[in-house]
Amino acid sequence: MSGAEFLLWMRGPGISFAALFFIAGVVLRLIEILMLGRTKNLAELRGSGSTAGMRTIATRFLPADANTFRRSLPTIVLGYLFHIGLFVVIFLLTPHIKLFQSVFHIGWPGLPTPVVDFFTVVALVSMLGLLWRRVSNRLLRFLSTGEDYLSWAVTFMPLLTGYLSYHHLLLPYSWMLGIHILSVALLLVIFPFTKLMHSFTLFIARYYNGAIAGEKGVQQ
Amino acid sequence: MTAIKAESRRPADETLGEALRSHGISRRGFLKFCATTASLMALPPAMIPVVASALEKARRPSVIWLSFQECTGCTESLTRSHATTIESLIFDHISLDYHHTLQAASGTAAEAAREAAMRDNHGQYLLIVDGSIPLGNPGYSTIAGVSNLDMLRETAEGAAGIIAIGTCAAYGGLPHAAPNPTGAVSVSEIITDKPIVNVPGCPPIPVVITGVLTHFLTFGTLPELDSIGRPMAFYGQNIHDRCYRRSFYDRGLFAETFDDEGARKGWCLYKLGCKGPVTYNACATTKWNNGTSFPIESGHPCLGCSEPDFWDMGGFYRTLSMPTGHFSTALGYGVAIGAAAGLASALLGRSERDKARSAHEKVSVDDLDKGGSS
Amino acid sequence: MTQPSLEKGVNILREQIDGPVAAFFSSCVHCGMCAEACLFYTETGDPKYTPIHKLEPMRRLWEREFTFAGRIKKWLGLAPPISDEELEQWQPVVYDSCTLCGRCSMVCPVGNDITYMIRRMREGMAASGNAPQGLIGATTRAVKLGSPMGVKLATLEAQARHVKISTGLDVPFDEEGAEYMVVLSSMEVVNYPEYLEAITRIFHEAGKRWTISTEAFEATNSGIQIGVSDIAAELVGRIVAAAEKLQVKTVITPECGHAYTALRWEGPNLIGRPFLFKVRHILEVLDDLREQGLLQTSGMENDRITFHDPCQLVRRGGVVDPPRNLLNMVSNNFVEMEDHGTMNWCCGAGGGVSANEAADEIRLKAFKRKKAQLESLEVETLVTACANCRIQLEEGIEENEMEIPVVGITEMLAAHLVEHPSSDEGEQP
Repeated sequence: MSGAEFLLWMRGPGISFAALFFIAGVVLRLIEILMLGRTKNLAELRGSGSTAGMRTIATRFLPADANTFRRSLPTIVLGYLFHIGLFVVIFLLTPHIKLFQSVFHIGWPGLPTPVVDFFTVVALVSMLGLLWRRVSNRLLRFLSTGEDYLSWAVTFMPLLTGYLSYHHLLLPYSWMLGIHILSVALLLVIFPFTKLMHSFTLFIARYYNGAIAGEKGVQQ
Repeated sequence: MTAIKAESRRPADETLGEALRSHGISRRGFLKFCATTASLMALPPAMIPVVASALEKARRPSVIWLSFQECTGCTESLTRSHATTIESLIFDHISLDYHHTLQAASGTAAEAAREAAMRDNHGQYLLIVDGSIPLGNPGYSTIAGVSNLDMLRETAEGAAGIIAIGTCAAYGGLPHAAPNPTGAVSVSEIITDKPIVNVPGCPPIPVVITGVLTHFLTFGTLPELDSIGRPMAFYGQNIHDRCYRRSFYDRGLFAETFDDEGARKGWCLYKLGCKGPVTYNACATTKWNNGTSFPIESGHPCLGCSEPDFWDMGGFYRTLSMPTGHFSTALGYGVAIGAAAGLASALLGRSERDKARSAHEKVSVDDLDKGGSS
Repeated sequence: MTQPSLEKGVNILREQIDGPVAAFFSSCVHCGMCAEACLFYTETGDPKYTPIHKLEPMRRLWEREFTFAGRIKKWLGLAPPISDEELEQWQPVVYDSCTLCGRCSMVCPVGNDITYMIRRMREGMAASGNAPQGLIGATTRAVKLGSPMGVKLATLEAQARHVKISTGLDVPFDEEGAEYMVVLSSMEVVNYPEYLEAITRIFHEAGKRWTISTEAFEATNSGIQIGVSDIAAELVGRIVAAAEKLQVKTVITPECGHAYTALRWEGPNLIGRPFLFKVRHILEVLDDLREQGLLQTSGMENDRITFHDPCQLVRRGGVVDPPRNLLNMVSNNFVEMEDHGTMNWCCGAGGGVSANEAADEIRLKAFKRKKAQLESLEVETLVTACANCRIQLEEGIEENEMEIPVVGITEMLAAHLVEHPSSDEGEQP
């Protein structure tokens, strides 16, 4: 198999199958969660749960307060850097935008590649930092399961292979791009059945949390 | 190209140096050619005299050129070179014993020439192939009643080495494109026991062919190849890396259509489907038509013609990062499957919970102590 | 009498799984931020006190029975069922070291309401016989004697007589059609009778008709602390029956955190229908009276004071501003703790921890957080609005040889109450 054939297979059946698996898994998980429902609150409410729920979806992007930020500083800083890097790389690199455009038929301007490249490095380095903390910090080591390391690995690989293919390192571009897509396919397949689902479910979780508190008049 | 005459073969013992001089090529001009070729092949300058003396002394090798499922574009590319050059003279001074487009002989006489060359130079002649070989039905392509497959096997048997010219011979090319009705395959899929050099391109750059021949004449061996059988010296460079429009890619400036401002300003053609990033060829450095330009310079995205399956890369004008095939359909099926499975799973969970709720036994304070001492 | 069993516990745990629980478990990324928000972790440094980790058995049940992948794992034998030993092993983290304070639920970056789940997890723990002995005892007394501390009506009546002696005012019992029905916590009746006297005087001055039911004067609810909704519903039901019998407009819960949560927020859901009366915390009522000009005070406290936010009242109850409005009426030196309001730290004794002897040691360890807060402020008086917090704070202060008096807001207000000469019963409508 040549690099071109491998790339072609990955761009065709490979990624399509992974995407099918991914979207099916995500929809499955979301329906599983939402269909369990929440029983109607019979107490005399002090505020609108849905308004507070929507509010909390937004406010939880920031730490609760300065002291919370201080206490979990490395987790928050590395977490932010990683997520911002990941966001920029996924949504603001022109080749990726073209991919979304081919599916959703809407496009948006991308960033110059050296900028995206910088954010890739930011994401990679902060991920290494997060991994280091996970293995070296007593609390995090205690909490971590195999799934945490698996999720880390399948998220790290697309960033790394994307970086290597952009820079034409290690392997010919066709191979590296194919491996990059393969790593994304792996991520997509594993995604719905691991904690990676938080990218979708955190909105539901925050909504419920905010609604439960908001009905009691507690603003978050 | 005037001198390929199968019927008036020169004595096989005339050296290339003698032949060139008898055609009035100066030693200075010859050395210049040697230097150019050496640099193209990434040989150190010290190798120039070696190349020169090897070429001077080289005996004219016998070459058999077989054309199978092809369009003659490769031959055209070589013979329509801009001007008569030393490259063409190299061709003049190989003993091209069989080439059914160029040779004057036809029918039985032509085949007899091939058989004679094979017999006289057994184990030493060079076999050049252009075009792919159909495996579907031997009748899809025949020469003198002999199927391409049989002729290739027969001719390859006594060859010192094989040069697969053009993407069809190297990787199957256009005939191999989906759905590949003739079952076309490349030379290397049939012949596995001979050294094969792939010189892909649709067509390949002429100087690449002479470069490979020069290497063969100089060192008696075939040049260093990459993982898919291409000479590293010519196919080691990535078009995207060498593209003069690369800076526009990096700055995020793209032509969105063929007639927009970006296209007029010469911005990157990536979004218009350029395959430069996955293509390895010398176009961006050697260029075409005596160094005039190459496709991207003319405002057209690279098709990736020197790569396997370039016809099937999801369309010439489809951005490289876009998935090919039925990606959106797959997503649609995914939603449907996920919804059905999710509904089933959720209903199962709910029914378990409902069962638990209807089986609920009221817990009183007397039911809390495990010891049962209360 | 039936026996608790694993089967019963798991069955009840199964009943608890809902959309929020599924969304929360699906979202956890093991970042550890909830641990940093939990005083049982911060004061011990032991990772087993990480809030989300306290839910591991429940998470496994959810995964096994409510997710597609989990069912496959179960079928492959990769997801073993919950065992009684496991639940027993989890007892210390689910009960002894969780006060249901809800601080973790405020900081979780993915928005998990961990406290919501621990409340639910306790349902399964209790039904499987894995609740702590201390809480079982308190709950049993609450159901059988009407009070977790075994306080009887006679005790309350004795306190009412003391009020009469010191103020000349009657504590009205079983008065039909009164505006307010007051419920009390046993701790107030026994330890802080000042409260009863304070509200008697304040309501008298405000001209409000109020009453106490002899059938249901106990506000606390061990059912929600131990995690048995059936028992919690029975305890709430007693108050509902009394309030509806006396046809009061509002039931006022006392200076007690969880009693507010039990009646105000869980109550209607426990009995399965909305109440026919309102439920208000005493601080909400006092703040309303203040706004209406029916609560007049004179003089100011000059001591440097701060307020300890009872979790169930503030973070989990939404009564954030009233205590501050009221304190500013009578103090010109009120300072907030660095972490205050909905982000204040728990006293360490809520959620049934104070009734659970097994938690005594860690409860006092957890107090170190409050100690640090108090020391950095250098206050002279600590004010709070929950009798349970108050007992813990007093004990912690004594244990740590500090000298800060702890006061309830209501009694502090009563000390500054402007009292008009008694005009007999004529004032009342």
